[in-house]
Amino acid sequence: MSRQSIELSGISKSFGPTQVLKEIDLSVREGEFLSLVGMSGCGKSTLLRIIAGLELPDDGVVEIGGENVTSRDPADRNLAMVFQSYALYPHMTVRQNIATPLRMRMLPLAARLPLLGRLLAPRETLSQIDAAVEQAADTLQITHLLDRKPAQLSGGQRQRVALARALVRQPAAFLMDEPLSNLDAKLRAHMRDELAALHRRLGATFIYVTHDQVEAMTMSDRIALMIEGRIEQLGTPDDLYRTPATLSVARFIGSPTINLLPAEVTADRQVTVAGMETGLHAEEGPATLGIRAEDFHLASTGMPARLLRAETHGADRFLTCQLMAGDGSVVVLRQSASDRPSADADGKLHLRFAADRVHLFGADGRRRPVYVGGKVAA
Amino acid sequence: MTLTATFEASARPPARSVPRGLVFVLPAVLLLLAIYIVPIIVLAGFSITDYRLGAMNWDFVGARNFTAAFADPVFIRALANTALYAAIVIPAGVFIALGIALLVYGRKSSRAFWETAYFLPVTATLVAMATVWQFLLHPSLGPVNTAITWAGFDPVSFLGNPALLIPTMALIGVWQVLGFNMVLFLAGLTAIPRDLHEAARIDGAKSPIDRFLTVTWPMLGPTTMFVVVTTSISAFKVFETVAVLTKGRSGSETLLYALYLEGFEYSNTGYAAALTLIFLAIVLILSIGQTLRMDRKVHY
Repeated sequence: MSRQSIELSGISKSFGPTQVLKEIDLSVREGEFLSLVGMSGCGKSTLLRIIAGLELPDDGVVEIGGENVTSRDPADRNLAMVFQSYALYPHMTVRQNIATPLRMRMLPLAARLPLLGRLLAPRETLSQIDAAVEQAADTLQITHLLDRKPAQLSGGQRQRVALARALVRQPAAFLMDEPLSNLDAKLRAHMRDELAALHRRLGATFIYVTHDQVEAMTMSDRIALMIEGRIEQLGTPDDLYRTPATLSVARFIGSPTINLLPAEVTADRQVTVAGMETGLHAEEGPATLGIRAEDFHLASTGMPARLLRAETHGADRFLTCQLMAGDGSVVVLRQSASDRPSADADGKLHLRFAADRVHLFGADGRRRPVYVGGKVAA
Repeated sequence: MTLTATFEASARPPARSVPRGLVFVLPAVLLLLAIYIVPIIVLAGFSITDYRLGAMNWDFVGARNFTAAFADPVFIRALANTALYAAIVIPAGVFIALGIALLVYGRKSSRAFWETAYFLPVTATLVAMATVWQFLLHPSLGPVNTAITWAGFDPVSFLGNPALLIPTMALIGVWQVLGFNMVLFLAGLTAIPRDLHEAARIDGAKSPIDRFLTVTWPMLGPTTMFVVVTTSISAFKVFETVAVLTKGRSGSETLLYALYLEGFEYSNTGYAAALTLIFLAIVLILSIGQTLRMDRKVHY
């Protein structure tokens, strides 16, 4: 029941003169964990709200499990949503909060009224609801909190209650709008694991909105990276990291940020950086060469650079260097902390990079094929 | 226990700053004494005497003013009238204002207009407005009765029929408090996070009734409590409409009007002081009672 595909086609949305979403097509497979990632203002939350039915698209079609639900009320879409603010009902106990989606669906309006309703509610339905609430609470290990009010809970506990409220009825899909961003760093990392585990256990469709690429990279089956109302690239975390389709994707994904060097492809198709030949070939024109920190290494010859700073982060060491040729770009190199920085007394060192792992982007920002000795490198 | 003790000891200010601290609280204490405490003590003093305004001497009469009050048919009638008035004004003034606030809240461009329109009676002086109401409700000249006769009914003598006096004044009272209460409810509505409404919609609250019961009404709890308390107090203080429209004739006195007659028309200062104390006690018990009872329910 909680495995449904979601199909978006041609979704556009404007708020006044600003077009927030530009003809989005996206298909979310059943049981998939898909993240919508992007900077704030890229339209990812609006897209999620359109799927939820909280916002109507100006154009386009939303299908859930093959059914067109574009103009259907949020209540009839059978989705569950976890909000950034958790949106728990403050006047209800945790038990009542979790029971709300079931009460709304299983009890007639008269039985939901205060006071009088208690007499009208069929006892059997109530015990079904109770059992479902207990089970959801058990899944999220919050059984001991059931009789508290949200105000008496910590951020992490509220987060769990919001999740329990989402999974108490088996929805077609779970929508999550930056659910972890109000938690402190340690708890966030912990909840990330739990969410991923929850997804595996339920096998449900998850659509997860975040601006944090780490969250997206660690939990998702696929990531849709959004920039200015468009899906810039859709793929597995690995795809986005290893073969970013555009310069913007390369910049957004990965920590530390990818090193970008201005490059030139000469008439004889040689890729040169700072006037030096790289041994790479591509089509002629100005370009940008992207090299991840871990794809640089130190050597006795190569691009001369000056070491500006070395930071050791446990197992890794990041070397910040300034190239001594060209425009003096600053690049970051990652090496194992057990390796020696091997700069000479003036802090001079030589950099080389793995030719088969570079990314070349044309002047239009799109990825271009690069060849090493006739073979496609990346 | 030990921890608390240590805390208290360390929280106590050093002795030399105590006089300086007293200097700082002095203005507030003096004002409080001059404006609230001393007048109430003087009032309590008057209430156990038979002092009449301008009299050269008086006697202590103990609780006789209070026993006399509860044996006085005028006072009992005033008490009943005030209770009836409050019983109409409080629920109508609160719930109609809530309804209007919900309607006005949904407006976008015309919201400012409706807010102003409903708030105008609050800024108008009730004495002047009561005169306008007198004209509106006039049996032969007033447009209200014109409408009633046009609809085929007999004209209603709103301010002539003794049974209708209090309900008519209560209607005017409701009209007066609506705008203020509506503005309070609007502020309360604005403070409800949008997420909660959206969560309710996704949780399956399709009908507006469900969303009202799940989110709006509980979230308006603190506002409602404040509105109920202020409306009750203003209902018990009804005076202007009585003074202008009926002058207490045909048994339409209210608490404050009866008190005014005793104190300022008949110069029975001692007796009026006793009535004032009774009035104070009623308002205090009601508002403290409501606050204590509701406070536990509305703050989460």
